Amino acid sequence: MLQVKAIELLESGAVDRVLGWKKGDFFYDLTPAVFESADEVRREFAYGPFAGANLSKYLIAESRRGGKVGVFLKPCDTYSLVQLLKEHRVLRENVYVVGVQCEGMCDIEKIRDAGCAGVTAVEEDGDRLKVATLYGERTVDRRDVLLEKCAACKSRKLVIYDELIGEQGDVIDSNRFDKVAALEAMTPEQRYEFWRGELSRCIRCNACRNVCPACSCEKCVFDNPDSGVRNKAAADSFEENMFHIIRAFHVASRCTDCGECSRVCPQHIPLHLLNRKFIKDINELYGEYQAGADFDSRPPLMDFTQGDCEPSIVYQRGGAKA
Amino acid sequence: MQRIGVFVCWCGSNIAATVDVEAVSQALAKEPGVVFSTNYQYMCSQTGQDMIQSKIHEYNLSAVVICSCSPRMHEATFRRTCEKAGLNPYMVEIANIREQCSWIHKDRAEATEKAVILGRAAIAKVQLNAPLTAGTSPVTKRALVIGGGIAGIQTALDIADAGFEVDIVEKEPTIGGKMTQIDKTFPTLDCAACILTPKMVDCAQNEKITIYAYSEVEAVSGFVGSFRVKIRRKARYVKEDVCTGCGLCTEKCPQKKVPNAFNLGLDTRRAIYIPFAQAVPKVATIDADYCTMLRTGKCGVCSKVCEAGAIDYKQKDEVIEREYGAIVAATGYNPISLAQFDEFAYSQSPDVVSSLEFERLMNAAGPTGGTLLRPSDGTHPKTIVFVQCVGSRCDGAEKGKPYCSKICCMYTAKHAMLCREKYPDTDVYVFYIDVRTPGKNFDEFYRRAVEEYGVHYIKGMVGKVVPENGKLKVRASDLLDGRQLHIDADMVVLAAAIEPDKSARPLATMLTASMDTNDFFTEAHPKLRPVESPTAGIFLSGACQGPKDIPETVAQAGAAASKVIGLLSKDQLTCNPCVAAPNEMMCNGCSSCEKVCPYGAITYVDKEFRGPNRTTLIRRVAQVNPAVCQGCGACTVACPSGAMDLKGFSNRQIMAEVDAICL
Repeated sequence: MLQVKAIELLESGAVDRVLGWKKGDFFYDLTPAVFESADEVRREFAYGPFAGANLSKYLIAESRRGGKVGVFLKPCDTYSLVQLLKEHRVLRENVYVVGVQCEGMCDIEKIRDAGCAGVTAVEEDGDRLKVATLYGERTVDRRDVLLEKCAACKSRKLVIYDELIGEQGDVIDSNRFDKVAALEAMTPEQRYEFWRGELSRCIRCNACRNVCPACSCEKCVFDNPDSGVRNKAAADSFEENMFHIIRAFHVASRCTDCGECSRVCPQHIPLHLLNRKFIKDINELYGEYQAGADFDSRPPLMDFTQGDCEPSIVYQRGGAKA
Repeated sequence: MQRIGVFVCWCGSNIAATVDVEAVSQALAKEPGVVFSTNYQYMCSQTGQDMIQSKIHEYNLSAVVICSCSPRMHEATFRRTCEKAGLNPYMVEIANIREQCSWIHKDRAEATEKAVILGRAAIAKVQLNAPLTAGTSPVTKRALVIGGGIAGIQTALDIADAGFEVDIVEKEPTIGGKMTQIDKTFPTLDCAACILTPKMVDCAQNEKITIYAYSEVEAVSGFVGSFRVKIRRKARYVKEDVCTGCGLCTEKCPQKKVPNAFNLGLDTRRAIYIPFAQAVPKVATIDADYCTMLRTGKCGVCSKVCEAGAIDYKQKDEVIEREYGAIVAATGYNPISLAQFDEFAYSQSPDVVSSLEFERLMNAAGPTGGTLLRPSDGTHPKTIVFVQCVGSRCDGAEKGKPYCSKICCMYTAKHAMLCREKYPDTDVYVFYIDVRTPGKNFDEFYRRAVEEYGVHYIKGMVGKVVPENGKLKVRASDLLDGRQLHIDADMVVLAAAIEPDKSARPLATMLTASMDTNDFFTEAHPKLRPVESPTAGIFLSGACQGPKDIPETVAQAGAAASKVIGLLSKDQLTCNPCVAAPNEMMCNGCSSCEKVCPYGAITYVDKEFRGPNRTTLIRRVAQVNPAVCQGCGACTVACPSGAMDLKGFSNRQIMAEVDAICL
């Protein structure tokens, strides 16, 4: 259906390019791609349970290339686009948004963990997935093999679109902060050990930063020798903690919790938990706030109201004695 | 690499007693870039300054580090010193080794080590300093006084007297404040109204003074010399310029059961009212909570009787915007709520009153016409017990205030004396922790109460008051005699602690003026700058800064006025050159900095940039107006890419300081 829409948009001249997905090296790594003609779409366009990639960040460059670009966005991706629009990073007039309702994207690792070795193809079948393997066909429950970010889906509502494929949904009362609460309940030593264990696997491939729609600076502080931060990230024997903590601070109150950082991490570090900790704290200290949910609100960390909690409250929550 | 001179000050024994200044100057001499390092007894003295100047010439210094007191104390002094020797004043850095080192440490070795580290940080920073040039900004020659009590009135009169325009914003329908409710004033016993009302009238008649009564400050932006203030003029439902203050409406209004706030609820008034006869402006106000017309749309009596046609039920709040060069906070005080002190039965018996209520009961314009009568049955009280320090000096207690409210000892002596004078057959007891009478003629006044008027002063606290059969059973202890006392009183008067008005906290937020833990405004310096807030252009007058009696308030009001006059008589203010500036190559145009800028100094432009392969990119980038920027640095923190930086406090300089301390 998306392919048909892409062809229609290009052939009618409504857009000059379409931002979608194409097959990667394997059938399960659908990769973001720009299609300039209907032929290219017919040849390479792909969509399915592995189209987890959030395309909104590519609009920063694509909306400035001249002409109009069509883009397919899932509900969580639309939050990222709104946040980018609020930050004046994307030129709205050059973008045609096709909203796509989504049943949750799947994680090939989880399919393998579900006992499917030698997977050769996956096909959607309602709530189940038909998995073809070298050893015959299996079926798995789609809910059991969702990407981490989709298992804790926060919203099926598309907050921006020019046209819609599927039905508009609602914000979901998700359990996405449960794991953060569990981390908060740990002692500082346990928590340190947990993060040390996770972050020490980091290979500084920068995939999390490169995929993150909130990490869209013209020049990243980690690439800037004058920032004074670049060397700091590596100054510690436990260097990667600085990188990830600085990054979490940089995106705090702008992160929409799209979960791309954890999805792309080749080392399976649950980076989204750092961001969710910020979101949870902001919700508790400054009132419920969802980045990218609307155009009018101001990110709480870039706003100041008389009702804001006093700094001492933040300090006390840090465990300080009054 | 700079050629840096290091000058370590002893500050007499203030620094030298705890810090080995010789060791500090020797250690810092080895730092990179330092070509000269010395120490001297008083660097701020003329001899010290002369030495700095001669060493600048002798060693051809390009930057100077002074290890001394806080930069708030002498940074300006040393900048001038170096400027006279031909150095850019912003090539001077201060390492604070007094307030942040010698004064707070006892161990000499540790303090010396810390002083060296602080000096090293300043050297690391000054290496990256660049010469800066200050611009100027104009001064709006108009002052705003927030609060129209005696403090605000006196400040406004003094400013107006010097020829400057001044506006008073008062949240009540009339100016005058607490002093209008007071009967007599200590230690002279002259009538409060007799000395206050002429000043109120002066305010109204002075053509330099504009009174915005029944109004509140809603938002403040800008900075010293040009503040922009939004003032909400609350709807009175009476046209202020038409009403003649004849008072006919207040007699005819059928809604008679409104608690009279001016008399602290001891009697009632009408829904349309003039708080008291000498009110300024003398204009009626409709109390929207009680007015039948406003609540149900049926009545309109006041509108029918008003010959001037001043009633306007459709009036709405109006927000006006004004510009000021200086702002004076004069928000005053209130007695604390006595709800938490029920051991004194305040909520159980109408005959237990607060001292301010007692003022109204003694006042000729009060609910009893000046005859002291018990609120419960209207009889003359024969035995009156005064309790001092109710809620004052309660350090560590869950209720009450840790500080002394300062005025209660004197007004209680006044109350006791007046009772005995008017009604010599009354027995008057005063229970006290201490009697504090520092002030001109204050102790004499208290002695008169004890010796001439025979007031029973008893050292000790009242433990409990129980209303029983029309009497108040007072149980107390006499600490000097070491015995329990049981007194059957007719009235009990509680000297409630005073606290800053509730409007002060949100106002401080709007003014970015700092407050202490009790919500009193803090001074720029507790001894040397007592009427200035640390925020430039904000001044403090009266009890909003701390408990004060009337003479002290008036003195401070005059002092605040003189500071305002000093500011307004300048045509230009020197700007701070330490302002923000964006690196356009790195700016995302994301508006984060604009959102956090409290001064509105940041705007955006679309600019052309060279892209790769001879292409042109149009990017949205931030621009800072240096005349408006105050150098607060909020934008530099908000900027995700680090494109925004602060001159004189660049990210690199701060990182260099941190590295010098930590690495």
